[in-house]
Amino acid sequence: MNKNVNLAVDIAGIKMQNPVATASGTFGFGNEYADYVDLSRLGALVVKGTTLHPRQGNPPPRIEETPCGILNAIGLQNPGIETVVNEILPHLQNKNVPVIVNISGDTPADYAKLAQKLNNSCAAGIEVNISCPNVKKGGLQFGSDPESAAEVAGAVKASTNLPVIIKLSPNVSSIVKVAEKVARAGADALSMINTLLGMKIDINTMRPSLGNNFGGLSGPAVKPVAVRSVWQVYREIDLPIIGIGGITTAEDALEFIMAGASVVAVGTGNFINPTATMDIIENLEKYLIDNDIADIKDLIGRAH
Amino acid sequence: MKPVKKTFDIIEKKQIKPCYGLLKLYAPELAAGAKPGQFLHVKCSGTMDPLLRRPISIHAVQRSGKTISMLYRKAGRGTSMLDSLDKLDVMGPLGHGFNMSCSGTPLVVGGGIGAAPLYFLLQELSGMQMQVDVFIGASSSEHLLAVEDIKALGHCVRTATDDGSAGYRGPVTDTCLPYLNKDVQVFACGPVPMLKKLAGDMEENKAAGQFSLEEKMGCGVGACLSCVCKTYQEKEKEYTYSRVCVDGPVFSAGEVVWK
Ligand SMILES: Cc1cc2nc3c(=O)[nH]c(=O)nc-3n(C[C@H](O)[C@H](O)[C@H](O)COP(=O)(O)OP(=O)(O)OC[C@H]3O[C@@H](n4cnc5c(N)ncnc54)[C@H](O)[C@@H]3O)c2cc1C
Ligand SMILES: Cc1cc2nc3c(=O)[nH]c(=O)nc-3n(C[C@H](O)[C@H](O)[C@H](O)COP(=O)(O)O)c2cc1C
Ligand code: FES
Repeated sequence: MNKNVNLAVDIAGIKMQNPVATASGTFGFGNEYADYVDLSRLGALVVKGTTLHPRQGNPPPRIEETPCGILNAIGLQNPGIETVVNEILPHLQNKNVPVIVNISGDTPADYAKLAQKLNNSCAAGIEVNISCPNVKKGGLQFGSDPESAAEVAGAVKASTNLPVIIKLSPNVSSIVKVAEKVARAGADALSMINTLLGMKIDINTMRPSLGNNFGGLSGPAVKPVAVRSVWQVYREIDLPIIGIGGITTAEDALEFIMAGASVVAVGTGNFINPTATMDIIENLEKYLIDNDIADIKDLIGRAH
Repeated sequence: MKPVKKTFDIIEKKQIKPCYGLLKLYAPELAAGAKPGQFLHVKCSGTMDPLLRRPISIHAVQRSGKTISMLYRKAGRGTSMLDSLDKLDVMGPLGHGFNMSCSGTPLVVGGGIGAAPLYFLLQELSGMQMQVDVFIGASSSEHLLAVEDIKALGHCVRTATDDGSAGYRGPVTDTCLPYLNKDVQVFACGPVPMLKKLAGDMEENKAAGQFSLEEKMGCGVGACLSCVCKTYQEKEKEYTYSRVCVDGPVFSAGEVVWK
C-alpha cells in the first residue's frame, strides 16, 4: 500500500527529510512543543530570533487577535547569543533535526558578530531577520531598503561558512528588488514573508491595543500576500525559497511549493494546532501518493 | 501529567446566571492528572475565525465520573460560541498550578470569574480534610460565582459585592483583611485591582500566598512570549518578563510587579 514517495529537499546545502520547518519566534527553541511534536520528524527547526545581548522585549499586551490573523509585538525578547550558543543549542544537538538560528541586529557589524558566534555551534544555517517590525532600531529598517539589506547580507556572508538565508519583509514596494540585491550580496537562500506591519485600536480605552502600538500581522489572513511574494521572487531570482505566511494545512503548503518555495515554515498555525507541522508532513505524503507524484521536488514552482 | 491535545465530548452544558456557562467534559486523563490552577487552551470554533485558542481554567474535577468542568464568562466572541459545541478541542492541562504543599493555613480569595479555578483547589483541600476560610467577591450578586458549591464542600464562605446586593458592601479585600497574618497561605484569583490591593495588604501583614494571573495568549506552551507579566527574580531587583502560560499562571505573590 505504502508507495515510496520522496519528501526530502536540500536548501543551500541543508539537507531536510521533508520540506516542513517551523517559523522563527512561533516555536521557541523547539522543546516547548516537545509534548506534541517529535522534533526529529521536522524538516528543520528554525528557532526564536536572537540578538547580541539579552533583550526584555516590549511591554504587554503583546498579542491581539484580528480576523483570521494575529498582531504580535514581542520585541525580540531573547536571552542573547551567548546563552543561545552555550546553553540552548547544545541541547538541540542530539535531536536529529537541522537547527537554523534566526539573528537580528542593530547594525551590519552586529549581524556579522552574531554570525561569527554561530560558526562553532551545531547550527545548520543562519536565517537573517532584516524584517522585524517590532523593534525600534535595525530590523525592518534594513529589510525595507535594498542597499542596507545587501549590506547586512554581505556582512553575514563574510563572517560565516554556514548557509545564509535572508528573511524578507513584505513591507516594501518591491520585494523582488530587495531579493535581487541580497542575492547579489551572496545570500544562499531567501525566506519570506515576515509579518506585515499593522495596528489595532481598543475603542473602550480609545488607545492602541498593543503595548508597542504597532504589531506584525501573521496567520491565514496574510497567506495570499506571502504566496504572491514567493511567486514573484521565484520568477526573477535563482535562489531557493522558504515560504512562510499563514500556513496551517498541507494544501496551504502545496500552494507555496507550487509558487516556488522549496521549503515551507509554519508559524501562527502552531498556536491553533500544535501538531500542524506533523499533520502537514503526513498530508503532503498522502498528496504525493494520491496524485502519483514520486518526488516533492517535482512540484516546486509548478504553478509557473 | 504531560499535556495532551485532544477533542473531548461535552457531556453537559449549563447556563449559570445570564452571562456565565458551565461545560462538563468526559476526559478521564484530565480528571486523573490535572492540578488545581492549571488551565486548558480551547478552540472555540472549528473555523479560522476566531483564530486563537482561549485559556480557560479547570473549575472542577469529578474523579469518579472521569469528568472535568469549566466555568466561563461569556466575555466576547470566542467564549460566546462555547455553548453551541458538542465536542471541545483542548490542549492541556497547561501551566503551573497552585503549590499545595506550602506551609500556612490556606485562605482563599476570589473575585468575579476568578472563583472558577479556586473551586478545584477547594475540592482538593476538602479531600485533604481541610475546611478553610473563603472570601468571594464580585460587582453584584449576578456575578457572584460558585458560593453554594464551595459551602457544600464544607468550607466557610464570606461574600462581598460592590453594590451590596449580596454579603458585605465593598471590595472582597476588606473582608479578608482581618485574617491576613504570617501564619496564612493565601490562594487568590481575580481582577488585577483586587490582586494588587491584596498584595499590598499581604505585604503589610506578612502574609504569604499565590496568585493566578491572566494575560492574552498565543501558543499556551511557552514558545511565543506573548503572555508575559512583570516579575522580580529577587525582590526590588530588576524585573523580567515571565510567561503566564508556563511560568504561571500561578505566581508567588511577592514575585509579581504591580507597575
Ligand atoms: C490562565 C487563564 C485562565 C483563565 N480561566 C478562565 C476561566 O476559568 N473562566 C473564564 O471565563 N475565563 C478565564 N480566563 C479568561 C478567558 O481566557 C477570556 O475571558 C477569554 O479568552 C475571552 O475570549 P473571548 O473570545 O470571549 O473574548 P474577546 O475579548 O473577543 O477575546 C479577544 C482576544 O483576547 C483574549 N482575551 C480577552 N480577555 C482575556 C483575558 N481576561 N485573559 C486572557 N486572554 C483574554 C482572547 O483569548 C482573545 O485572544 C482565563 C485566562 C487565563 C489567562
Ligand atoms: C509571536 C511571533 C514571534 C515572531 N518572532 C520572530 C522572530 O523572532 N524572528 C523572525 O524572523 N520572525 C519572527 N516572527 C515571524 C514569523 O517567523 C513568520 O515570518 C510570520 O509570522 C508569518 O508566518 P505565519 O503567518 O505562519 O505566522 C514571529 C511571528 C510571531 C507570530
Ligand atoms: S502564550 Fe505563548 S509563551 Fe505564553
